[in-house]
Amino acid sequence: MTKILDTLAAWALGLLWILPLAYAAWAAFHPPAYATRFDLAAPLTLANFAHAWEAAPFPRYFLNTFLLVTMVLAAQLVLSTLAGYAFARMTFRGRDTLFMLVLLQLMIMPDVLLVENYRSMSWLGLRDTVLAIGLPYFASAFGIFLLRQTFKTVPRELEEAARMEGANALQILWKVYVPLAKPVYLAYGLVSVSHHWNNFLWPLIITNSVESRPLTVGLQVFSSTDQGVDWSVITAATLLSAAPLLIAFLLFQRQFVQSFMRAGIR
Amino acid sequence: MNAAVDTTKPEQRTVLPQAGRARFSSMHALHAWLMLLPAVILLAAFTHYPALSTIWHSFFSTPKGRRPAAFVGWENYALLRDDAVFWQSLWNNLWFALGTIPTSIGVALAMALWINGAMAGRAFLRMAYFTPTVLPMVAVANIWLFFYTPQYGLLAQGLEWVGLPGVNWLGSRETALPAMMVVTIWKESGFFMIFYLAALQTMSPSLREAAMLEGASRWDYFRRVLFPLLMPTTLFVLINALINAFRLVDHIVVMTKGGPDNASMLLLYYIYQVGFAYWDTAYAATLTVVLLAILGCSALIKFRWLDRRTHYQ
Repeated sequence: MTKILDTLAAWALGLLWILPLAYAAWAAFHPPAYATRFDLAAPLTLANFAHAWEAAPFPRYFLNTFLLVTMVLAAQLVLSTLAGYAFARMTFRGRDTLFMLVLLQLMIMPDVLLVENYRSMSWLGLRDTVLAIGLPYFASAFGIFLLRQTFKTVPRELEEAARMEGANALQILWKVYVPLAKPVYLAYGLVSVSHHWNNFLWPLIITNSVESRPLTVGLQVFSSTDQGVDWSVITAATLLSAAPLLIAFLLFQRQFVQSFMRAGIR
Repeated sequence: MNAAVDTTKPEQRTVLPQAGRARFSSMHALHAWLMLLPAVILLAAFTHYPALSTIWHSFFSTPKGRRPAAFVGWENYALLRDDAVFWQSLWNNLWFALGTIPTSIGVALAMALWINGAMAGRAFLRMAYFTPTVLPMVAVANIWLFFYTPQYGLLAQGLEWVGLPGVNWLGSRETALPAMMVVTIWKESGFFMIFYLAALQTMSPSLREAAMLEGASRWDYFRRVLFPLLMPTTLFVLINALINAFRLVDHIVVMTKGGPDNASMLLLYYIYQVGFAYWDTAYAATLTVVLLAILGCSALIKFRWLDRRTHYQ
């Protein structure tokens, strides 16, 4: 009996949770006349997507977002690997203090330091570039922490063996540590990409042209300018901008959830 | 440079003669610093420096035209004290945190327990619960904006269907902030569910069997065994939720712009407005100092708790 109630409640919540997305899909795939009228006989159409695609420079936004997430991820992986290794396996004066200072970024993120980072970017002459959106996130305390924890679990014997064969520090890192941390890299990569794909406030502030705007900002500019209340086109644009992540998620659901889980247990 | 020697473990140093040991350990430290340098420089440039310069700039006036910034002492803070909008945004933010965090955590825990059990349609449920997490908040806000639209919106239609009068959810002072809370709960619960799922999967099934043998009811088992065991996860989620409550204002930008009449004004959105709509950077810095203080406090709590759990060595 409780089992049935449990199942019912779980499903009710599940349907409630999927409702917004289901509605967005309804409005996007049907003619505007049916945006608020639910009629199973309503004709299906792709016109809303075509309209949205033409109404705003979405290809450029896609390119910018793609550049952004790739650049941020590449920088984060390299920097976090080097720093994570140094914190995990090297001894030097002030290591623990420095590590605490790094961890501070977990709480005080660049996301809230808008005014000062804007000032810095202006000073560097980087305002309104894709680089400026990503730069504050290149060094990631979360990545450093995650890799440090992972590297600490690698048996020292493996490192010794590699050193016997004459490998230097960087070679040991690359040949021994990095391959063993592959699942962690995957997990971190997924978390990072989805985070920066979705980031909004900082890109909104630091960009003001089509050439540098990522999708999220482009979408906002698109839906807040005079599109009337054409919900069909706005939902189509909304789905478009979320589509790559959403499709990737639906295809690799299990890996996605597991990756988030792995990144979550720190 | 012989790198093979540099990375020798500290224990092995003891066999080196005194002079060699000193030279060796300074080389070792040099390598460590070289590996840390890029990350440390960027962290300092975009986290530590701006945090400190925010405090510095809060004691100056905003430069206007040819007039440079001048030291004004506590003047900005006096302004802050008398600024009704600031106090409202602070209160709103506290209410927002209070309204979203316990509910999200409760929903997340329920979701995790359901998915962890053998439930019909688990795959679908997991997908449904987790999907909001991968969607951009801006996209989500656009969809919810339509839900809340008077007359045409889904909620309005639903109410009309039941025969109730429509409510202007985003346009009235009473409902704007709660409407934002609902969006946040919907967006974040699935994310927090993941942490609970991870914790639940490390638990042995014999725990439950033992409890059942002792004649414990489901509720007893949850309250006396499961919930205490999940406490570290709950704390972790709590801190994350707290930070997010002060950090995430994307939906405010899209849906209400802090209105009506500042009813949904959150602290970070107010900073954004003061800094980038009114361009009063000094006052925005002063507001940011308050936000940093709040986040700093949660940082302290987190460190104390993390210190107990994972031993830094």
